[in-house]
Formats: sequence, structure tokens, C-alpha cells
Amino acid sequence: MLRFLVRRSLGALVILVIVSMVTYALFFAIPADPARLYCGKTCTPETLAMIRHEMGFDQSTLAQYWNWLSTIFTGGTFNNVQCSAPCFGYSFDKKELVGGLLADRFPTTLSLTVGSAVIFLIFGIGTGMLAAHKQGKAADKIASAASLLASSLQIYVAGPLALWALCYSTNLLELPKYVPFTEDPLGWASGLLVPWIVLSLIWTANYTRMTRSSMVEQLSEDYVRTARAKGMSGTSVFMRYAWRGAMGTIVTVFGIDLGVLLGGAIITETTFGLHGLGQLAIQSFYDSDLSLLVGVTVVAATLIVFFNIIVDAVYALIDPRIRLA
Amino acid sequence: MTTPTGATTGGDTPGSTSDLADNAPADAPTDSGFRGLSPGKLMWRRFLRDRTGVVSAGVVLFFVLVAVLAPVISMIYGKDPQTHYGQNDPTLLTDSGLPVAPNGGMSGDFWFGLEPGLGRDILTQLVYGIRTSLIIAVATSVLTTVIGVALGIAAGYLGGKIDYFIGRVIDVLMSFPSQIFLIATMPVVTSLLVAPNEKIPEWLPFVAVTIVLSLLGWMGLARILRGVSLSLREREFIEAAKVTGASPMRIIFKEILPNLWTPILVQSTLALPAFVTAEAGLSYLGVGVSEPTPDWGRMIADAASYLRTDVTFLLFPGLAMVVFVLAFNLLGDSVRDAFDPKTSR
Repeated sequence: MLRFLVRRSLGALVILVIVSMVTYALFFAIPADPARLYCGKTCTPETLAMIRHEMGFDQSTLAQYWNWLSTIFTGGTFNNVQCSAPCFGYSFDKKELVGGLLADRFPTTLSLTVGSAVIFLIFGIGTGMLAAHKQGKAADKIASAASLLASSLQIYVAGPLALWALCYSTNLLELPKYVPFTEDPLGWASGLLVPWIVLSLIWTANYTRMTRSSMVEQLSEDYVRTARAKGMSGTSVFMRYAWRGAMGTIVTVFGIDLGVLLGGAIITETTFGLHGLGQLAIQSFYDSDLSLLVGVTVVAATLIVFFNIIVDAVYALIDPRIRLA
Repeated sequence: MTTPTGATTGGDTPGSTSDLADNAPADAPTDSGFRGLSPGKLMWRRFLRDRTGVVSAGVVLFFVLVAVLAPVISMIYGKDPQTHYGQNDPTLLTDSGLPVAPNGGMSGDFWFGLEPGLGRDILTQLVYGIRTSLIIAVATSVLTTVIGVALGIAAGYLGGKIDYFIGRVIDVLMSFPSQIFLIATMPVVTSLLVAPNEKIPEWLPFVAVTIVLSLLGWMGLARILRGVSLSLREREFIEAAKVTGASPMRIIFKEILPNLWTPILVQSTLALPAFVTAEAGLSYLGVGVSEPTPDWGRMIADAASYLRTDVTFLLFPGLAMVVFVLAFNLLGDSVRDAFDPKTSR
């Protein structure tokens, strides 16, 4: 198990280095004057010259990349602000360290993800298992049709509609806003309720479809038939055999989705006006604040790769065949 | 040389023949035996029996027709998507820019209402918006299919170092946070296509969005095709072709490719609606196709800012989007079922 984890982590590290290289190449090497892009909207000639010097744009691209990469681990000083490792750079547009901005925004994205993940896992897997259990019957058909319809919804359609139906026209629920959990747990939940509902509506549909199809697949396996033939009760076969087999797929997909969601759901956060990582990414894009954009991209990619490793580890725990392979 | 077309999928000849015999005895006499039915014909018959598939194909066809006939519709209806009707005629919009008539300005003249602010006609915007969506989605599907097929077959059939290299490229691209990556590459691609001082031509956003969506859109198909061609490589008919001295090009195009049409067609049908929503998502965020080209995503984004006053502006583009995507998803499922009757939904 340890060897497996070490091997996967090393592979992930290589991927991260390449991701950072590509990100760097995209943002630094291709634009004609990266310092100008770095500078943001409120750019004076003095700031521009300072950025050129501090970012080392007069050096070769490779040297620049090395500087950028090593700053993450060793830290540095930008505009008289000390940046300790892990240092993701400095936003000349916002006059703040990228790391600090990211840390400020992360709790919002985390709350959004955790809340909706709890809802869509419970409902998605529950409905999917119910549909698989009642395969071909009315309950299955209703669940399948509803999930197909919901999975064709888009957040930018369902989100504004939900805002209109639940907030503006009826005042049933609070307008979305983020209150830290530690300050006011009830306010935290009620402020995020509408985004949770919309986000989990769409994701529940995907998990229902996935759970149903992998349960149906498992139920048609030979080992399930054997268990039935030797007289095991229907519930035990369903819960202990088929469910365990289907869990592998669900864990894999959930791990990947979690990484993607934590990296910032841009459209969701924009729709509901929540200031999370995704909103930070789009804001940095509007402001042409590339140092910030690079920071968000690398952090989001790290989350995705990290959760891929977690998925592999969990998968290896569930299914010993993976470890031995 | 005969190719065992469809042998890897569910459509192998004995299975399909019995399938036809079981399910469609009425067809049997007219065919005078089952010989001469190509896998394509079998697939077509199975598809026609799937009512959901036929209906959703009809809906998709309707959208495509509307897109193609947009200028004709606009001519008959007498409006175009660019004219600011509300600003030309002061009786249409109030001082705050909202339509005077109820329900977002719906009337005999403007069936789906008027856009607040500029006062453009919503129906023609919607009709021309399908064009924008479809042009980009179809172009992206074609591009990703070409890249996916080329790299998938190369990785699976050639194997070795090429396979390893393509596999790692896919791993890296899969690790990119896709939404951020799409947004971040838009200005880069745009700056590569036009010099900063030049005026941005009208076609440029189309090309830029297509390129950006294609960059992250081909990996799924390539992975599937790699797997299929990896297993095909070991099959006897490929061995036979090699022994008889067929060139690698001939083996790839005449032996392997015909066996890949099923996954290619199924994957592209499923990918197209995803590109439609991705394109609209980019415009929704203000990164995609820019004014004055009509676009659903931007219509939805504009409508979202008038939610407090009137939800009508959101209903038309929102409903059109959901119906189109739903119909296309259902069509994709039906195409898959028709090609591969063994998989159950």
C-alpha cells in the first residue's frame, strides 16, 4: 500500500510540474508583454518597470520559469511584501499576496462543495439504488426520467430560475450569501441553501444515473447469482454484494468531482454572487490580473491531482486487485 | 479483403440476425432472408423502433432547420436581431429601459417580447442564437473527433513510446481545471490570432471559442478509441493483413477505422450537447462570443440581471436551451442503444 501511494504521488508530482509549465507557458511566454498583463488596469510606468525587474522578464524563459517555480517553495519579496513558502506570487493589481487571496476565498468554495456534496450523495445514491431495486417498475421509470431531465439543466438556467422562484418573487428563502460557519452556523446554512439546492439538483441527477447503472451491472454479475443461488436473502445480496461492487465506480467519480468542485465552480459562484475561488478566477480574468489567475489555476490543478490520488488509494482499499496490479 | 465490420460492437452478424428475427418478424418476408443487411441498416431499423429516439431526433432536426432558415424566418417575421426597435420607437420602452407591454413586451409585433435596454427583438435573437451555438458546437465536435480519432488510434495501434507520450498528455490535460483553463486560454488564443492593435473581426470569437473548447474536448474519445484499437491490434484479421503485406496506413484506414465508427458516432452525438452548454457557459461569463452576435448564453446572462423585475427574459433562452440539450442527450442515448443493443440504460 505504501509503495503504491509513493509511486502514485511521484507520478502526480510530475504531472503537477508539467501543468505548471504549461500554465506558465500560456500566461508568460505567449503574450507579447507579460509585464503589461501582470500590471492590471491601474498601471503606471513605474509599476511596469518594477514588475519587469521583479519578475525577471529580462531573463530567458527557462530561467523565468525556474524563478517562478522556486519562489513557490522558497518564498520571496514582492513590492516590499514578504511572501513565505508556499508562495504563489503577488497580485500587483490587488496589491496583495496571491496566497492570502486564495486562503480568503477557499472557505466559501469549501462550504458550497461540502454542503451540496452531502445532499447529492444522499439523494443521488439513494434514488439510484431505489431505481435499481425496482428495475423496470414505475419508481425506476419516474426516477430515470426525472434524473434525465435534471441532468439536462444548466446551472446558469436553473440558478437564476431558482433565485426568481425562491427569493425574488416569493421571499421563501434568503438571498445567497456567505457567513462563516464558526460565526453563525444557522446563518451559514440558510445563506447557502439556494446554491446547495440548485447545485445538488443537477449533481443528484448524475449520481442517480450512475448509481443505477452500476448497481444494475453488478446485479447481473455471476457472483451475485451465486449468492442468490446459495440462499442468501435479497437484502444481503443487494446491500453487501452488489452495493459493494458498485461503490468502486461511485467513489472514483466522486473523488474526481470533489477535486473539480473544490477548484472553484465558476458559473455557480458567479450566478449566486458568492466570493469563492471560481469567482476569484473570473475576477482576475476581467482585471487581466494574470499572477492571480496562475495562482488559482495551479491550486485548482493541485486539488484535482490530489483527489485523484485519494481516489486511487480508497479504490485500492476497496478492491485488493488494484494494489497487486 | 473483407473487413469484419462491427465485430467489436454488439452488431456481430449472428447476434444481429437473431435480434432482427426475434423482434421484427414483420420485416422478415420482404427481405427474403436476412442476408444483405449491413450493420448500418440494422442500426437504422433498431433506431426507428425507438420512439423516444425518433421524437428527439425530430426536435433536434427542428432546431437545426430553424438555424439554417434563420434569415428566411427573420424575413417573413419582418424583424432582425440587430435593430434596436425599442430605442427607435419611444412607445415601446419605458424611461428605465423596460418594455411597456406586460410579460417582457410580448405583443403581436414582438412575439417573444423585447430585450430591455437596447430593445432588440427576442425571437430573432433566439433564432440567430441557435446558429451561433450550432456552428461552434458542430465545428468543435468535428475538430475533437478528428484529434481524438487520430491520437486514439495512434496510441492504441502503434503503442510503445507514442502510446506512453499520448497517455501522459491526456493525464496532464485531464488535471487542468477545465472552467478556469477555458477562461484563461481565451485571451491567449485571441492574442495569437489578431495583433493587439487590430480591430477584432466578427469571425474571430467563433474560431477562438472552437479552438479553446477543442483543446480540452478530445481526451474522452481518444481514451476510448485507444482501448478499442489496442484490442483490435491482436485480432486475427489484422494479423492476416500484416502477413499479406498491407502497409500500416492501409491497416489503419481499411481494417481498424471501419470498426471504430460505432464508438466515434456515439461519442460525438453525446459530446455535441456538452459543447453547446460549454459555449453558452463561456458567453454567460462574458468570455465567449461578443456583441452584437446573438448568443443564448449572453441572453441568459442579460436576463439574469432583470430577475427582480421580470422573469420572461430568462424563460425563452432558458427553455430553448434545456429542450435542445435534453433532446440531444436523449438522441445520444438512442443512437448508443441502436448501435449496441446489448447495453441496457
